Amino acid sequence: MSKTQYTYAVARIRALEVSLFSASVIEQLIACKDDEACLRFLQERGWGGTDVPMDADAILTREREKIWETIGEMHVDMDVFDVLSYASWFHNLKAAVKEVCTGKSGANIYYEGTPISGEEMVRIVKEKDYKALPENMQAAAEEAVDILLHSGDGQLCDVVIDRATMEAVKEAGRSSRDEIIRDYAESTVAVANIKIAVRASKTAKSLEFMKRAMAPCDTLNVDGLAHAALAGMDSIIEYLNGNGYAEAAEALKDSPSAFERWCDNRIIQTIKPQKSNPFSVGPLVAYVIARENEIKTVRIILTCKQNGLSDDSIRERVREMYV
Amino acid sequence: MLSMISGNGWALLGAALAVILAGCGSAYGVGVAGQAASGVVTEDPSKFAKVLIMQLLPGTQGIYGLLVAFITLSKVGLLGGGAAEIDVTTGLMILAACLPIGIVGLVSAIHQGKTSVAAIGIVAKKPDQFGKAMLFPAMVETYAILALLISILAITSI
Repeated sequence: MSKTQYTYAVARIRALEVSLFSASVIEQLIACKDDEACLRFLQERGWGGTDVPMDADAILTREREKIWETIGEMHVDMDVFDVLSYASWFHNLKAAVKEVCTGKSGANIYYEGTPISGEEMVRIVKEKDYKALPENMQAAAEEAVDILLHSGDGQLCDVVIDRATMEAVKEAGRSSRDEIIRDYAESTVAVANIKIAVRASKTAKSLEFMKRAMAPCDTLNVDGLAHAALAGMDSIIEYLNGNGYAEAAEALKDSPSAFERWCDNRIIQTIKPQKSNPFSVGPLVAYVIARENEIKTVRIILTCKQNGLSDDSIRERVREMYV
Repeated sequence: MLSMISGNGWALLGAALAVILAGCGSAYGVGVAGQAASGVVTEDPSKFAKVLIMQLLPGTQGIYGLLVAFITLSKVGLLGGGAAEIDVTTGLMILAACLPIGIVGLVSAIHQGKTSVAAIGIVAKKPDQFGKAMLFPAMVETYAILALLISILAITSI
């Protein structure tokens, strides 16, 4: 589609952006007395719907459905949004591999709305019919099943599938003509690599493990990052400071929750230029990411309220808003 | 070779180009701005009047082209039914006089349409900034007006 083919959709998104939660609205939500007051506040702002019960999960699930209903109404090429769902698709693969190899099946462990349903994924893994999977999943599925069957190492199985997820995201970015997809893919993979380095450093993982887990990206040298992780947290901070990720380094020094917050904020900062882009698919992709970030932030606030955390603790965890 | 077509023929070609080029530009501009306006009105029908004005802005080039074509047809007497025979040189001069509004009308209407789309985005988010938003596409109009002036002055001076 040419850039001007998105003119209608982008203008509609501009009108919808008015109802996105700003930082001040989030502040009002934090100021609510308890989680019930938060839910009332959300319902007053149109969250959920008349037929949705006053329940956090029901309201947030309905809001996620609304995102795709809105995008679907715009009659744009939905393949562009696939990259945003790769994490769900590969999660289903991971769940199916574990279910088949361990024989334990959990309820509600599969994401709905994926091209391959949970049931179908289980069948594919059980029958080793890997050709029925998308090309970027086939090798990872086969390797993950082999690992789990022969060594029973669930963590290594996760690493293989998570790396395949990142490689799929990176490849989607590389082959996309849309700048936002390229930027999103790069930020997502870079952030995931930093997360791996931090966790591997804390759990004293080997260099080989880290290299196996990290996916190559343009803004970070994964080899350098893995060596820094091997030397300890201070080395990671030093490495990030010297490679354009000073904010990540600051967040790491601050606290683990500040670092998690930075990881999400980095993606929001990546999409922010789309606020002033009147053409192309960029603003649509940015809107989907912004809505998901908004729902995630509301979920964090509700969970914090349910667990009686102070307002300051909640603020430390709240993500940066798109608008 | 140029004399194979009469002076009236060249003048008529000029009038046609003024209408066709400027009209095509306006059709594109109004069309693309209309898509954006529809997007905003889908979510917020109360902004209909504001976005409609934005949509209409790129439509003026087509009107300018029509005006120049009328003046041209009037000049060569085709409107009244008693067409005067004009020589090839005069016909070519009239054709050249029609080109500014034709070409500038085409290009400016396309760009004004795109600027209107961006301005409609401002109105969608900040309707109180309508006045400022309208100035951006209005600036593009300047060049269409300059071209119109030159075309009219040139045709009437021939």
